[in-house]
This record gives sequence, C-alpha cells and structure tokens, in this order.
Amino acid sequence: MTVMQHIWIVLGVLFVLLNIAAGLIWVERRMLALWQDRLGPNRAGPFGILIVLADTLKLFFKEDWIPPFADKWIFITAPAIVVGTVLLSFVIIPFAPNIVVADLNIGLLFFLAMSSLAVYSIVLGGWASNNKYALLGGMRGASQMIAYEVFMGLSLMGVVMLTGSFKLSDIVAAQKDMWFCIKQPVGLVVFFIAGIAETHRLPFDIPESESELVAGYHSEYSGMKFGMFFIGEYLGITLISAMTTTIFFGGWLGPFLPPWLWFFIKTFAFIMFFILLRASLPRPRYDQLMEYGWKLLLPLVLLNLLITGAIALWIRG
Amino acid sequence: MPASDLILQDLQQCFGVETFQLQNTVDDILTLWLSKNKVVPVIDNLKSSVSQPFNLLYDICGIDERDKAKKNGLPSKDFTIVYHLFSFERNAFIRLKVGLEGEYPSLPSICSIFKNANWYEREVFDMFGIRFEGHPHLQRILMPLSWKGYPLRKEHPARATEIGPFKLYDELQDREQDALEFKPEEWGMQRETDDADFMFLNIGPQHPGTHGVLRIVLQLDGEDIVDAVPEIGFHHRGAEKMGERQSWHTYIPYTDRVDYLGGVMNNLAYLLAVEKLAGIEVPDRVKVIRVMLCELFRINSHLVWFGTFAQDLGQLSPVFYMFTDREKVFDIIEAVCGGRMHPNWFRIGGVAQDLPNGWDGLVRDFVNYFPKKLVEYTNMVLRNSLFKARTKGIGIYTLEEAIEWGVTGPGLRACGFDWDFRKKRPYSGYDMFDFDIPVAQNGDCFDRAVVRVEEMRQSLRIVEQCLNNMPEGSYKADHPLTTPPLKKHTMQDIETLITHFLSVSWGPVIPPGEAMSCIEATKGANSYYLTSDGNTSPYRSRIRTPSFPHMQMVPYISKGYTVADLLSILGSVDYVLADIDR
Repeated sequence: MTVMQHIWIVLGVLFVLLNIAAGLIWVERRMLALWQDRLGPNRAGPFGILIVLADTLKLFFKEDWIPPFADKWIFITAPAIVVGTVLLSFVIIPFAPNIVVADLNIGLLFFLAMSSLAVYSIVLGGWASNNKYALLGGMRGASQMIAYEVFMGLSLMGVVMLTGSFKLSDIVAAQKDMWFCIKQPVGLVVFFIAGIAETHRLPFDIPESESELVAGYHSEYSGMKFGMFFIGEYLGITLISAMTTTIFFGGWLGPFLPPWLWFFIKTFAFIMFFILLRASLPRPRYDQLMEYGWKLLLPLVLLNLLITGAIALWIRG
Repeated sequence: MPASDLILQDLQQCFGVETFQLQNTVDDILTLWLSKNKVVPVIDNLKSSVSQPFNLLYDICGIDERDKAKKNGLPSKDFTIVYHLFSFERNAFIRLKVGLEGEYPSLPSICSIFKNANWYEREVFDMFGIRFEGHPHLQRILMPLSWKGYPLRKEHPARATEIGPFKLYDELQDREQDALEFKPEEWGMQRETDDADFMFLNIGPQHPGTHGVLRIVLQLDGEDIVDAVPEIGFHHRGAEKMGERQSWHTYIPYTDRVDYLGGVMNNLAYLLAVEKLAGIEVPDRVKVIRVMLCELFRINSHLVWFGTFAQDLGQLSPVFYMFTDREKVFDIIEAVCGGRMHPNWFRIGGVAQDLPNGWDGLVRDFVNYFPKKLVEYTNMVLRNSLFKARTKGIGIYTLEEAIEWGVTGPGLRACGFDWDFRKKRPYSGYDMFDFDIPVAQNGDCFDRAVVRVEEMRQSLRIVEQCLNNMPEGSYKADHPLTTPPLKKHTMQDIETLITHFLSVSWGPVIPPGEAMSCIEATKGANSYYLTSDGNTSPYRSRIRTPSFPHMQMVPYISKGYTVADLLSILGSVDYVLADIDR
C-alpha cells in the first residue's frame, strides 16, 4: 500500500464515520418515532434528513458557554476525549480486506484500552462542571464503565483463545467456516451488554438518566461541546456495533455482495438494535446495574472462559 | 338515635355538656364549637379514646369572620379554625370549630396528635397569620418567605390592580434569591457527621422528574436519601381567594384548574357543595352525564400518570401510546363539552348543554377499543422485569401510616383497604352503578401502579353502564338557583323575569350556611368546604385536595432510598402541583 493510499483510507474512514454519526441522529429520531406511533422530524429536506444539518448549524450558533464556576481547561478537554478515543478505536477495525487504517497485532487490546480511556471524558466532564448533578452523573459513569470494562475484556477472551490472535483480521479470517456468535454465544451476549453500558445508552444511560439527574455529567454543557458528547455517543454505538460484527458475525464475510457492504449491513443491524432497546426498556437503578454486573455477568463470563479453554485444549488433544 | 348524636353524647360525657355548642349545617356533618384550650384534648380523645375512632385528619382550614354579613348567633369571633376529622369505621365526618379573638390570635397545635397536621397548620399560619403554639416548624408554606401580609385575611387585596405595579429591583431580586437558599440548620439537619459529609441536592423547581414546579431538597449521603424537604407553593394561584370574589357561577372554571388532569371532576366537587347549600336535587340524567364525564377524566388522568411514570423510570415509549389514547378520550370530551382539559362544563343544578347527537357512538367506539390497549400496556409496563425491579418494595407505607398521614385514593387502596368514597359515601348516583374497588396489599410503588391500572378498567365499566342506561329527561334541575336560570316562564310572569334578570346579571344568591362535599377524585378525596353568608359569592371557599397530604408524606417514605427511587416514589404518588398549591 502506498502512502497516498493510506492517507486516503484514513480520510475516507474519518469522513464516513463522522457522517454516519451525524446521520444516526436522524435515523434514531425517525426510528424512535416509527416505534412510538409518531412522525418524527419530517420537514427539512426529503424525509426530514436535513434535520442533521439544521441540528449541527443550531449547535454551532449556540452560545459557547463555560460556566464561571467550572474548571475551564478540563471542562473544554472532556468532550474532546470521548470523540478522540472512540475515533482512535476505529483504527483497528477491518472494514473490508485491505480497508483498515492499522491492522495492529494487538488490535483487541488497543480497542479495550481506548474504550477505557473514554471514561475520563465522563468523569472529568462531571467533575469540572462543578455541579452536583454532573458530579453524581460522573460518579455513576465511572463506576459503571470501570465495572463493565472488566466483563467486556473477559467476554472477548474466548474468541482470542479460539483464534490465537488479538489481530482483528485474523479473527475475521477464523470465522470463514463458522461465525463466533455460534461458538461463543455467551461471549456475544456479555460483550453486547457491556457495550451498551460502555456507550451508556438506555437502558444503561445511568450517568445521564434524564428524569433523575437532568442531564447527568453533561448538564452544564451547551453548544458544540455538548455536540461532541452527542457525536461521541453515536460514534460509540457505531463502534460497538462494528466490533460486534467483526468479532462475532464474521466481519466483512458474506456471499455475493462486496465485503464492505456486508460489513455495513451487519453493523447497521446492530445500530438498529441499539435504537430499539432505547425505545423499549426502562432503566435499572444504579446499584441494580452494578449488582447485575458483578454477581451475574462476571461469573458467567469466567465460566465461559473456563469451558472455552477446556474445549480448545480437548480439541487440540 | 342517629350515629352523630352518639359521638356527641360520648364527648359530652367526657368533657361536660357546656364544652360544646352544636351548629346545624345542611351537609349533616356533626359540627361542634369548642374553646381553644379544649382543642387538643378533644381531638386526642376522638382519635384514640372513643370507640370507632376518628383516625383521619381530613382537613384544617381557617375562616376570617370579620366581614361576615350574618352570624346567626354562632360564637364565631374574628377568626375560626375548622378541623375536619373522618372515621372510616363510622363512615362519618366530624367538624370542630374554634372561634378566635384578636388581630393575630393563636391556639395550640395538634401536630403531636396527627402527623399531617403539620402542613395544614403551616398553611393556616401562612394564609391568616394565626399562630399554632407548639408547632415544630411554623413557617410559610405556599407564599414566598418574603411575602408581606396574609392573603386570605379579608383586608388583603385580592386583585393585582389593588396592590400597585410590581417592580423587581436588583436589591429585591437579590433578597428574593437569598430567601430561596436552603439552610439545613433551619430544618434541624446536620451538614456532616463523623463519617459522612452530606450533599444537599436541589431537585426542582425546574427539573424533568418533578412534573411541575416542585422543589425537593435532598440531604444525601452518597446517593442515599437521609432526609428530604419538599418546598411547594410555586404553583399557588390563590384559588381559594378568587372564590371570595367570583360569583357562585363564575367560580366554576377556576375549579377546573385545581387538579388540571381531573377536568370536570373538580366542577363536581364544587357543585355538590353548592347544590347542598342551595337545596338543589339534580335529575337522574344530569347525574349520569356527570358520572360518565368524570370517569372519562379519571381514565385520562390515569393514562397521563401511567405514561409519565414509565417515562420516569426510563421507558420512553409508553407515554406516546398513552397520550394517543388520551387524545381519543379528549375527542369524546370535546364533542360533548367543546373543551378539552378544562371544559368548565358542569353548572349549578345541571350541565351546560344536553349531550350532542351521536355521543353514544363515540363512547361505544372507545369502550370497545380501550380494553385491548390496556392489556397491551399492562404487558408492556407492569410485567416488565426492570419495571418491577424499580418499583417493588420501594416507597412502602402501611395502612396505619397511610391513615396517619391523610392518604386517600389509590395510595390508600394499595395498602389493602378497600375504601372508595364512590362506594362508601355515594354521591351523584354512584350507588346506581356496578363496579369493584381494586386493592393491592403491599403499599409499595408497584401496588399503587397496579391499583390505578385496574381502576381504569372499572372506570370503563362505569362509562359503559352510563352508555347503556342513560336516562331521559332534562339536563338541568328545575330550580330558581340553577345557572344559567331557566327562562321558560319569564315571558308570562314578572316575578320570574326579575329573578331571571338578577340571576343572570349578579349570579345566583345562595342561602346562608355551610356545606362540604367529598368526592373520590382522580388522586384521592377532594372536597370543597363552602361558607355562604347569603351573597352572590362564597364567603369562604376551602379546597381540600388529595395531593397536599400525599406530598407531605414523601419525605417520610423516601428516607433510606436512593435518588433514583425518589423518582419512582414521586411517580407512584401521582400528584399534580396545582392540586397541591391551589
């Protein structure tokens, strides 16, 4: 691959991702409306798709307000962290054969590291706002994400055992005959649940839980800084969906259609699932979520690891 | 011997005959005057010593008697404090009145006897400047702390134009802001203990979870609620004061807005009291029309509660489905009344118009449509395991606690007590209908939800019976005091013409006396306690609303739970801010 090609891939991925994240605003609102017997945004442009543009413009023209009581620099940095870390995570995802920014041999670990870093944006944002709601949201976010980080990492280890590699292109290649969602169903379920908690989407939107904490950790944010959190959330959804596709559903693999389209279709299906979850489930309480994680998911995922390891050893003889 | 005489005999035996002076009222509630030093022992006796005790403190209100036109030989002096107690076992109210003399008199507090006396006494203090000795925290409750004067005293102006223009100077704004600051010490709260620094979290007045302008200050240890102080009054519009200068007829639209989800049900509570005073007996058709609309509004109110309750717990979709169905009910209400949330449609002695052609088709469609939907919603919300995890075992109170705090309505029935004023003290012809009283046993958030959902089914049954058995006849009583007055004889008879003219221009003149109604409103027992001194407007109109005592109980039932649970509790209590503040 030439340098120019590489640059084009980077720019292309960035362009597509940002557009998907923005487009998801529209998709989510339309889909929620569909499921809730409403119309949703349907005025600006065909099917209301220009609402994305209108929303972005609105955010740009909002007063860029930094509360006088906030810790200015941390307050500004926090929203950038979430977007930065999530975008960096996409570096390792193989969208199709040869369309990958950097096929690292520690791909999975890199992904886990980046998603761990994303917690800083919530904690710092909540802390720097110097607002009690934000602080409570930040606190909840920290403990929730740290807890679910553990299961997320462990749930992927089964796949790593079966593949023998952390490299995502190897993982995709290993699924030529059978997707890992069949070999690792428990891993899939735990990974996806942890993914929802990581992206703090309903039902696990406890750090922001609107009806309790107003807007949680980003209560004080407005304008484009709020927009960054917003985009970060949609990028997060896309990331978890893309990772689920890559690790458990064969990535770009599939008959007839070009690989990138397969990847896109599968990822989109999971994004839809995220939105459907939001439309249907209530939110558990903070301590219930933690209990659920430590008392149910952790033993489950450890058991999964044990059984996978045993079977892998048995097959190899 | 009627039951009310028995309790009088008991009391006279205990405290002596001369302690009590009997007053006859048109609502047949035993009304006794006593002196202020007897208040505490008599109420204590009624609550704990007599057989079949009066264990519910229903209401406390004050009356400024200084402008009253006719006192009719009653011992009322400058002010009167009126206590309403209720006995479930006797199914009877008792009204105790204390006459007070002087510009700013005082009397002993009964907070030590009834827990819910606290807010009622604060309200009387706030409105009249009457002090209750021994009250733990006698402070303004509805008006701002910085308010000058006591609004329900007759010398306090009722209209903004009598006060002069309001200007918010910078200094005044600062002062008002400072007055809003919460000082934990005033409430006997500590800022820290040896092992914890408490956080004081201000929920409201603007907060997505409070459903209106309510402020609750939480004392938090981490996320656990140590104590809570609700601050109400942001929605106070002086509905009681307005009653004193509106005519008996023109006050009806104001009642619509008290429990704004209850619509015409508020009209009914008010009109039942007016009709008792005026001695109007309404025709059966009026009764059934009123019942039908009230039950439609009950369904509506419960639908709003159901949707927003689910939303408070993070379930985003149900509220949309339920508001869509609520719209269907509004279609019926709009066809019948012309209005939607505040139709202002009941009149003294009847309703505004007869039912329109085709109303039965609309109602029948809804009766056929709604039960299926209700099953769907029950499956969607009540059977959801996350919903159960958030509501079961949260915000529990026992039956004794519920009565002690003055809880009525679904909140009482969720403790396993099948008390429904529609069944036990039927009004407006509810005795003609066949329906059940849903109850649940645990008294937690989930049970309160279950009771309300089942109530919607029962309301639908009542609506269906109204539909099938709507009596023929007039939609208005044939009585000179009905509004608008009947016109049919005015062209033959000069006396009728004069009465009609006066009734239309002044409004009806209701005979002197006092009466209290009591209905099972959407949220609990709602009453209007009206005093007439024979004028074109009420001398005093007291509104007893269910949400007021329910909100008073919130700190008690939320201690020890978390912030997230507070939202479940607030949702399950189902209050309306206008219903608390009036």
